Amino acid sequence: MDGSVSAAIEVDHLQVSYGSQRVLHGVSLSVAPGEFVAILGSSGCGKTTLLRTIAGFQKASGGAIRLFGRDVVNTPPEKRGMAMMFQSYALWPHMTVLGNVGYGLRLRGVPKEEVRARVAAVLKMLNLSGLEDRKVTALSGGQRQRVALGRALAIEPPILLLDEPLSNLDAKVRLQLRSEIKTLQSRLGFTAIHVTHDREEAMTMADRIVVMDAGRIAQVGTPKEVYDHPNSPFVASFMGAENTLALDVRPSGAGVEVRADDGSAALYGGSVPVGAVTAYFRDDIASLDDPDARIDGSIVLPGKITQRTYPGGHYRYVVAIGSRHFTVTDSRYHELDRPVGLRLPLADLHLFPNAQNTGGHHA
Amino acid sequence: MSGEVHLSAARAQTLGPRGAARERSSPAAARVWAFGATALKMLGLAVFAFLLFGPLANLALWSVAERWYAPFKLPVSYGMRYWEVVFRPTGDAMSSLMTSIGIACLTVLVALAVSIPAGYALARLRLPWRTALMILFLLPQAFPSVAIYINVARVFYGFGLTGTITGVVLVHAAHGLVYSVWIAAAAFAAVDRDLELAARNIGASPLRTFFTVTLPLAAPGIMASAIFVFLESLDEFTGTFFVGVPQVTTLPLLLYNASMGGNYQIASITALILLVPSVAFMFVIERFLKADVLSKVGQ
Repeated sequence: MDGSVSAAIEVDHLQVSYGSQRVLHGVSLSVAPGEFVAILGSSGCGKTTLLRTIAGFQKASGGAIRLFGRDVVNTPPEKRGMAMMFQSYALWPHMTVLGNVGYGLRLRGVPKEEVRARVAAVLKMLNLSGLEDRKVTALSGGQRQRVALGRALAIEPPILLLDEPLSNLDAKVRLQLRSEIKTLQSRLGFTAIHVTHDREEAMTMADRIVVMDAGRIAQVGTPKEVYDHPNSPFVASFMGAENTLALDVRPSGAGVEVRADDGSAALYGGSVPVGAVTAYFRDDIASLDDPDARIDGSIVLPGKITQRTYPGGHYRYVVAIGSRHFTVTDSRYHELDRPVGLRLPLADLHLFPNAQNTGGHHA
Repeated sequence: MSGEVHLSAARAQTLGPRGAARERSSPAAARVWAFGATALKMLGLAVFAFLLFGPLANLALWSVAERWYAPFKLPVSYGMRYWEVVFRPTGDAMSSLMTSIGIACLTVLVALAVSIPAGYALARLRLPWRTALMILFLLPQAFPSVAIYINVARVFYGFGLTGTITGVVLVHAAHGLVYSVWIAAAAFAAVDRDLELAARNIGASPLRTFFTVTLPLAAPGIMASAIFVFLESLDEFTGTFFVGVPQVTTLPLLLYNASMGGNYQIASITALILLVPSVAFMFVIERFLKADVLSKVGQ
């Protein structure tokens, strides 16, 4: 199967500039039919620009966008055959729910009665039955977002673009809509690109995650790949591994010896970059141990407990190591100021050589 | 008055024992101050009311005065005779009222025909001479109108437009365009772009988007601009005088003729008639012109 022809969306070295400022520096991405891809990145990384360029709202200054093999770079948005959910909902306040959801159908010359029937079916799917004649301004945030989804889905688009559609909703409604969108996507089989800055949202909804950084794609992979094997310090910290630790790795016998600044060391058999490295890790991989324990495959840093809280289920400790503070959870009770060892399993650390920031290895 | 009293009580509390003692030493003085302030406010309101309603009351009085001459402070005899004269179907007043309204309606149509496309372009397109264009529509208001209209009359004479309804409508429209274009541009700018993009996105052509989304959403602002143009046209005197006289007689011209001829009764009644649409439409405009539109005027 030729990938470039069968892909639902093929973005090829896409460049976009606002005036003289380049926002996208040659982004390439291929989305298979029926796939749910999340574009993840902090604000200003170009993810919304990428989505709006695919939708046709923003002109590309270079590169190509192919939808099912058809180049659409110079096609106006109304001829691209996709639908988008906006962050601001973008519902038309002068129309009813029926007017909003049925707009695309009326454009396509569907008779009035059929529009009503099909809108009713869409609303039923979204648990909005009976709201046809309500003004959209009289709806709650969650209902508005459902109407926006209904408006997009009513025209049965092969491609659905989602521009942070859930970011304005409260947490409970957000979780609910997240799973509803996902369910609808697997039922209706449309291809979806979802832009978000919410890591968990991207992880739970997407088949594949695209992490973007400063107008470039930093990493593409399944949620598990990106989470467990970030390919750069940027991706590692974006995926939550925000603690850093300087380590020194030297060959020793069959494996390597990993040594921290304060002298604590461990032997390790896995493949890691050699030399001065920086380890990125999440709080939840650390555990408490004896300060002088020596465990192969784990580095133990001696420190002191400075704070203890009980959020429920387990204790949460703040451990001071030198001038640094790390948060650790542990089920046992420990006294404050007690010397402890912070145990970090080397297999869970993301190690990147200090000299260059790309092409890191995973320990 | 009560506000003053509360204030001093609150201050006494915050100042503590020492300050409270000092405040308490002159409750009479505080009362005098409060009374003085209230009296001043009342006086201010009275002056304001007189300035606003005085001329109106004078108009109303004149309109029912059948005979009124010096040295009498009030009319000598009252009656509705002049109202009958004005509203007589064959009278000048009714025909010039019809002329005025007809011209105002045509002026609104001409102004909208220009201001809707121009306002949309100014709001949405990245025009290189945007500010210059906005100022261009302001120009008819920026110079002494008599100087302008003498020239306009001269030019219109060449085209055979003097003394015609068309000529007067064109003069009024040029005058009203500053309101209609600026307000229309603001009304279009206040329409969220995403609302248009959402329509384009699911298959609407730019024209269809304009007529189903942009225009309905900008309609209240455009409606307000139309009312402004209508009222401006109804009140317009100088341009009509230079371009329309003697064939076209609008209500303000009739008012001018009546007061020049010393017929204050007819002039007062005409002025009162002119007042009705102004006051009525001001209430409507206040409802239509929302803050989000007003904040974008002239941007």
